[in-house]
Amino acid sequence: MNTQDTVLELRNLRTEFRVGGAWHAAVRDVSLAVGKNETLAVVGESGSGKSVTALSVLRLLPEAGARHGGGEILLEGRDLAPIPEKQMAALRGDAIAMIFQEPMTSLNPTMTVGDQIAEAIRQHRHLSWREARALALEALEEVKIPAAASRFGDYPHQFSGGMRQRVMIAMALACKPKVLLADEPTTALDVTIQAQILSLLSELKEAHGMAVVFITHNLGVVAQIADRVAVMYAGEVVETADVKTLFERPTHPYTEALLRAMPRVDLDTAVLEPIPGSVPAITAMPRGCAYASRCPLRETRCEEQAPALEAVSQDHQVRCVVRVESNKRHI
Amino acid sequence: MWQALCKNRLSWLGIGLLLLIVLAAVFAPWLAPHDPLSQNIAYRLEPPSAEFWLGTDSYGRDVLSRLIYGARVSLLVGFVAILIAMCIGSALGILAGYVGGVVDQLIMGLVDVLLSFPTLLLGLMVAAMLGASLENLIIAIAITEIAPFVRVARAPTIALKQRDFVEAGRALGYGPFRLMGVHILPNMISDVVVLGSLWMASAIRTEASLSFIGLGVPPPAATWGSMIREGFENILDAWWLTVFPSIAILLTVLALNLLGDALRDAIDPKLRSERS
Repeated sequence: MNTQDTVLELRNLRTEFRVGGAWHAAVRDVSLAVGKNETLAVVGESGSGKSVTALSVLRLLPEAGARHGGGEILLEGRDLAPIPEKQMAALRGDAIAMIFQEPMTSLNPTMTVGDQIAEAIRQHRHLSWREARALALEALEEVKIPAAASRFGDYPHQFSGGMRQRVMIAMALACKPKVLLADEPTTALDVTIQAQILSLLSELKEAHGMAVVFITHNLGVVAQIADRVAVMYAGEVVETADVKTLFERPTHPYTEALLRAMPRVDLDTAVLEPIPGSVPAITAMPRGCAYASRCPLRETRCEEQAPALEAVSQDHQVRCVVRVESNKRHI
Repeated sequence: MWQALCKNRLSWLGIGLLLLIVLAAVFAPWLAPHDPLSQNIAYRLEPPSAEFWLGTDSYGRDVLSRLIYGARVSLLVGFVAILIAMCIGSALGILAGYVGGVVDQLIMGLVDVLLSFPTLLLGLMVAAMLGASLENLIIAIAITEIAPFVRVARAPTIALKQRDFVEAGRALGYGPFRLMGVHILPNMISDVVVLGSLWMASAIRTEASLSFIGLGVPPPAATWGSMIREGFENILDAWWLTVFPSIAILLTVLALNLLGDALRDAIDPKLRSERS
């Protein structure tokens, strides 16, 4: 990827939660970059820190229980971590927008959808209600709400789940953000609606030239939408590669296990293998590799020293000493 | 909601009664058969008759006319006091629920102090401090009724601030005051309004009580509470002086309670299904 095109870059991001009076890292040493007109999928199981990463970017985690523990959040080269809250609020919904998992509950039930979009526009642009409503209607049309003009004054309960997610997307994109953080936006929808929303998102990405960070636990969705993938485990990125490489040559044992646990159309899999064990709690992170306890390739050194993310080929990085070494031997 | 409201016959009784009282208060100059302030010693303590339907008081003033004019004071005081209490109370409640922490503890501490006084005693204290006038009476009653609104606004705010649409609003860059005013308040305003109609009855009662002990609107203006007090001296030989204002208070409080219950039932679908 061309570095000049990089819109959002995370460098060694660390986010900590307060658990039982002490601070523990929920996201450790996460470095990601996403460029213009590119979709980066962040994959991982529940509790792997993918949503926390997205919320950290927007600084939306509750102040009482979470804090920025280090690292840089670069939006077009400018670090967002130290800027005051007021400037951060001005960026939310304008330069960086987010869509959430639950379209059924993410809209205000007492406000018409048109006004909700217009309100989002007026928050960041000095426009009258009339001008904002005109733009809001355009946004509704852009997300392909049928008969948008007549549905403009409808309330959220008059919309189906898929239509509400389209409204959420219209709201998020109303101010033409540079970065869109999509936190499992299709998880709550059924499969056909999911496919529609995914193709709508990639169309809009092309049209606006946005950088999209797409968080999901569904590898099928990843294959459909992503340009590049980052696999997260226990708050760390364990493997990152372009989508083709990741599916063809998964290198981290966790990625391999994930792919074996998923039914595939392109390969003839007879048995789906579950991954034994579970993610370590953030209060009980092992000293060494976080995946070691579940890993079939485990060696003594894995449990002693935390592995670093190392390149195995161009644009393909893996956090596993065993695999990186065997890869070097092959070359 | 309107359908549920229409189905309940009791609620119609409440609305009808209240409408009647409001109309009487509004059109008092046309409805009242006599001047409520004109005294006539010749007709002192007349029992109800064709000329004076509800009799006259010890100054020879027509009770019916004073009752009709008194409705103006009672409704005005009740309505304005509740409106003030509702605005201040729900603003404080939303603030306490949304901000939490020290602000929450401070506001709720204040509410507990307010609640620890009996309503009448608190009203009495404030009214006595401020002096007897219509404005001060309204202020005194408003202060006594703030606490329940704070409580009723705070609880749903705590639930609403964690709802996805508030979180989504935060992700769109909305500030705390926009979230509180535009996204949280409209989602709980119905609870507050229901409480308002129920507590307006209590405000009217407090007004009557304060007037009864002489801390209300100064004489010779007619208010129901002061009419009862004036009639109290002659209760044995002129029953009409106390009975009719009491009935007026009773009916108004009843109407407001019926309306409040009906509104609550209409808004809460769980209670609705149990009844039907």
